Amino acid sequence: MTALSESAARESALSTLRRGLRISPEFRAGLAGTLLLALVATAGRIVVPVAVQQVIDKGLGKNGAHPDLPFIRTAVALCAVGVLMTAVSAYLMNVRLYRSSETGLAALRVKAFRHVHDLSMLTQSGERRGALVSRVTGDVDQISQFMQFGGLMIIVSAGQLVVASLLMAVYSWPLMLMVWVSFVPLAWALRRFQRMISGAYTKVRERTGDLLSVVSESVVGAAVIRAYGAEERTARRVDETVDATRSAQTRAQGLIAMTFPSSELVAALATSAVVVCGTLLGLGGHLTAGELIAFLFLVTLFVSPMQTATEVLNDAQNAIAGWRRVLSVLDTEPDVADPGADGETLPRGPIEVEFEGVGFAYPGGPPVLHGVDARIAPRSRIAIVGETGSGKTTFAKLLTRLMDPVEGEVRVDGVPLRRVRFSSLRERIVMVPQDGFLFDASLADNIRYGRADASDADLRLALTELGLADWLDGLPQGLATPVGQRGESLSAGERQLVALARAYIADPDLLVLDEATSAVDPATEVRIQRALDGVTRGRTAVSIAHRLSTAEAADEVIVFDQGRIVQRGPASELVKVPGVYADLHASWVAQRKI
Amino acid sequence: MADASAASDGDALGAGGASSTGQILREGMRVLGVAIRAEPRVFTISVLASALYGAMTVGTAQALGWATQHTVLPAFESGHTTAGALAGAALVILGVAFLKALGVGGRRFFAGLMQYRMQARYRRAVTRQYLRLPLAWHQRHPTGQLLSNANADVEAAWAPLAPLPMAVGVVFMLLVAAVSILLTDPVVAVVGFLVFPAIALLNVVYQRRLAPVATRAQQLRAEVSEVAHESFEGGLVVKTLGREQAETERFAARADALRDANIAVGRVRGMFDPVLEALPNLGVLAVLLIGSVRLESGAMTAGDLVHVSYLFTLLAFPIRSLGWVLAEVPRSVVGWDRVRSVLDAGGSMPYGEAELKAGAPAALRVEAVRFGYEPAEGAPPADVLRDVSFEASPGRTVAVVGPTGSGKSTLTSLLVRLVDPADGSVLLDGLDARDVRAGGIAATAALVPQQTFMFDDTVRGNITLGLDVPDERVWAALRLAQGDGFVAALPDGLDTRIGERGATLSGGQRQRLALARAVVRRPRLLVLDDATSAVDPQVEQRILAGLRESEESGAATVVVVAYRKATIALADEVVFIEHGRVSARGPHAELLERSEGYRNLVNAYERAEAEQDALDAEAEAADDVGDGDGDGDGDGDGDGDGDGAGAGAGAGEIVEETGGVGERA
Repeated sequence: MTALSESAARESALSTLRRGLRISPEFRAGLAGTLLLALVATAGRIVVPVAVQQVIDKGLGKNGAHPDLPFIRTAVALCAVGVLMTAVSAYLMNVRLYRSSETGLAALRVKAFRHVHDLSMLTQSGERRGALVSRVTGDVDQISQFMQFGGLMIIVSAGQLVVASLLMAVYSWPLMLMVWVSFVPLAWALRRFQRMISGAYTKVRERTGDLLSVVSESVVGAAVIRAYGAEERTARRVDETVDATRSAQTRAQGLIAMTFPSSELVAALATSAVVVCGTLLGLGGHLTAGELIAFLFLVTLFVSPMQTATEVLNDAQNAIAGWRRVLSVLDTEPDVADPGADGETLPRGPIEVEFEGVGFAYPGGPPVLHGVDARIAPRSRIAIVGETGSGKTTFAKLLTRLMDPVEGEVRVDGVPLRRVRFSSLRERIVMVPQDGFLFDASLADNIRYGRADASDADLRLALTELGLADWLDGLPQGLATPVGQRGESLSAGERQLVALARAYIADPDLLVLDEATSAVDPATEVRIQRALDGVTRGRTAVSIAHRLSTAEAADEVIVFDQGRIVQRGPASELVKVPGVYADLHASWVAQRKI
Repeated sequence: MADASAASDGDALGAGGASSTGQILREGMRVLGVAIRAEPRVFTISVLASALYGAMTVGTAQALGWATQHTVLPAFESGHTTAGALAGAALVILGVAFLKALGVGGRRFFAGLMQYRMQARYRRAVTRQYLRLPLAWHQRHPTGQLLSNANADVEAAWAPLAPLPMAVGVVFMLLVAAVSILLTDPVVAVVGFLVFPAIALLNVVYQRRLAPVATRAQQLRAEVSEVAHESFEGGLVVKTLGREQAETERFAARADALRDANIAVGRVRGMFDPVLEALPNLGVLAVLLIGSVRLESGAMTAGDLVHVSYLFTLLAFPIRSLGWVLAEVPRSVVGWDRVRSVLDAGGSMPYGEAELKAGAPAALRVEAVRFGYEPAEGAPPADVLRDVSFEASPGRTVAVVGPTGSGKSTLTSLLVRLVDPADGSVLLDGLDARDVRAGGIAATAALVPQQTFMFDDTVRGNITLGLDVPDERVWAALRLAQGDGFVAALPDGLDTRIGERGATLSGGQRQRLALARAVVRRPRLLVLDDATSAVDPQVEQRILAGLRESEESGAATVVVVAYRKATIALADEVVFIEHGRVSARGPHAELLERSEGYRNLVNAYERAEAEQDALDAEAEAADDVGDGDGDGDGDGDGDGDGDGAGAGAGAGEIVEETGGVGERA
């Protein structure tokens, strides 16, 4: 899809693992001890077959009629101790593994989360939001889930295979080879199955993704669906994706259902071969009856890891793929990076801005801004006007360093914007975007986003200074009013009011408003405008004007057309000369005519 | 009436946690019963396959014991064997394995089939219900919750179905094993009767300990996801206010809690898993000990001993599937409760039988309507609209004007019956909207909401929404909405997919598609809720002019929510709403004279401009004197807020000739 998800797609599982472990050192904490415990736990699994062999061979005597009971008692007691030790070390191993892996994963999650916020707005919006959320949720959960089931299983199973093989070799190496040989075709077949299964699961995930997006449309778009009577059509779409998901699941299940019988059959083949060949070898004096029977028990120890392998491998692949996706987020260099400790901190005070030869183009797109030169004097109030697509918003984004220009330079107080530390930049320059996104919390909490330590009295004061005291008093719960998800309990205009207050209380030296009051009524807008005039006095303010009333109140108007600054000056003068501004003004006047 | 149902289904969602383990188990069995009744055939097949598997697992041990007793041991004792004996042993083992393979394959496939069928069935049912339930219900439930009801909760509800046949098979297998051991030697069987119930009991304790921590982890996973979702969605705000660190801390708090919960899960699992594995091994050792005594007394053979020990090793694993089912049960019960609460949700929107006639513009009458949203917990209920009455005669245009947050958007959703009023009624052609048949209003009235919603579909699909209309009409609608230009420039024209929520389009483009979507239906009542706010003024002018003149919409009664004067100018009548009440009604000119609030609102820009001019003039004058900055500011404020009729109207008039203002300046 985009660079972010594609970058590491072809990396091998092993190198993902290596990189992953390097980024999360927590995984390696105490690993040696854990592996040692794992060894003990695995070795304990062969206690039972050995016990059976010893009892049959030594304890039962030649014809089985006179068992050596003291020997059997000792052997059984020793084995019981072995079994208990196994259980204890398995417990310790489990707990250690869970603790180190979960600690590592939590840190990885937080690191990735932070990194997503550090990515430029451009990278963030290029990615589907749901995908970014998956990086810090589902993908990490997948690794966690694998660690809790499969990871352990792989360690234990691999150990079990090795230990069982060793012991088999001790009893009879030709029989061991035979068992191995009979499992070779199974291993090959399982590998093929596993590949098909993982393909089938990829389908399942894709289908489930489609399903979720259609269901989410039917929920989020509920109003439109009802208003247009599109229920039937939506239901049909839901049905299609539900059915597609179900058949993808069924197909994957069919493949899995085939792997189990095949390993059962191979296991039986190996068992019967061991019985036949073992008996023949025994007749030749190479093997005792007890050893043969112990061998048969060992074959079962051999089968179960094979059976779980298909499922565990699938989990492992998913976990590795998830891990790779998380790592690829961390690998994505923020293209608008914080200079960090090397950067400069701007002293407080009115801000001066300079654009020098600034050009911008979205990746792969045509230039949207060319050769922009502009100086915005400290304490001036500037309005930016122009038609949709003329480059106004791009100008604002470059000014607030949401994006970096592809050519030229933006300077604040003489310092290149790229050199200013984010902590200083975001404190001094604040932008209010058009769509006032609110968090699902109270009105007070949302305004406090601008300044965490603001008291309720501060919030009230800020709203009063913005001329919004009446609005606040009209809310039944005042500052405690919950705004709902994305602020949807408030109207679009009210959300803009909150967003404005939130920026205002942050007390920036340069306030950038991107059509920040486009959805509020004219009277409120005028009131806010007037209030802003008062409170921004002494600061620099840049507003992208939706209505020309804003332009008329500004010290100066900058007019954009097709990515260039075409006019600049006080509104009262621009309106007199023919040009873009005069046209815009004429249309603005026309829509107010009655 | 909407209020009562809300309270009850809110409770249902919260409940389910406060019951004992026994209750949860009973509840869980009931849920499984639902699935079994829904898919009896698939269930029977999978259980039979599982039983076959179970019987053959025991059979495997028996076959091995048989081979030991009849082939292996005699050969070792006598020093020779026959090809027939060897072949017999091999065939018995293979034969049993074949049946076992059949059982395991069948069980897995049909268990999966059942699970997926139930998932599909309930996903469908839940979404159908979403489509059926009234908007008022939707407004009370957060999107995230509804999504997880249809997905995660349905999955959780049917999760025990995957291991269920295996567990049923295991029960069967245990019975067979018990009989098999009993027949072999009743004394050794005692060991089995101690070990197997011990495993089963331990399983129950295990699940009881695991359930609360697992549920907590599950819940925290959802919380982590919610924080991430919201935080990334508000990414621009986080960035512009430099809140990255604070957000990271917020997220880290949830992530750390999830880590602790996962470790707690791991600790329980890490403790019980090894014990569950050790038990059958201890059983084998006990069998060896007791068996050797029994062997001495001649009560059993070495083959019997092998058979019984082997059985213990084989049963150790499958017996744990009982635990898997039990493990899923608490989650399943919670998931099922949530799914049920959607399926049982009342407050459906009842429809009548009445048919609205086609053709002529609709007559709209709003009578004494009152409406309030569900108040937040502990908040006093507040009406958004009170005693709202007005009418729009066929073919007329009514503008709804009012300050931010005065209830205009709510009113528009009442007009097309997205919600019903608490009191009063909305009448179309004299019929109460509640009496109109299902689908009748959607066929008559079209609402273009303030915030557009686009489907992940083609441009055509988004405009027609399933309506069967020729492309010419789609283009005509687009022309009227001033959207034909940009659609024609899209790579595939009408067939261009516009992505999730129309992500590839600008706000203004989306609004134009939304307008086309309404107009293409030739509605008899067209309701526009500030539907052109993201469109440039010039374009808006063309759209509005088009709406009035076009064939496409000419036959409609129009209700338009607007701030712009030019839009209001289209209206035959203006309804001015303040604080949820109609504070004035009448033609624009009349309202200007009569209503101070209205005058202040619609003339706000002109007043501001006039003041600005006054300020400028004053500043100029002051400049001449060489002083007087703060002075002018104070004066301006006083004028704007406090003054009455005369000043407002005056200001409005001044700007009516804006050319003059320019010249003067």
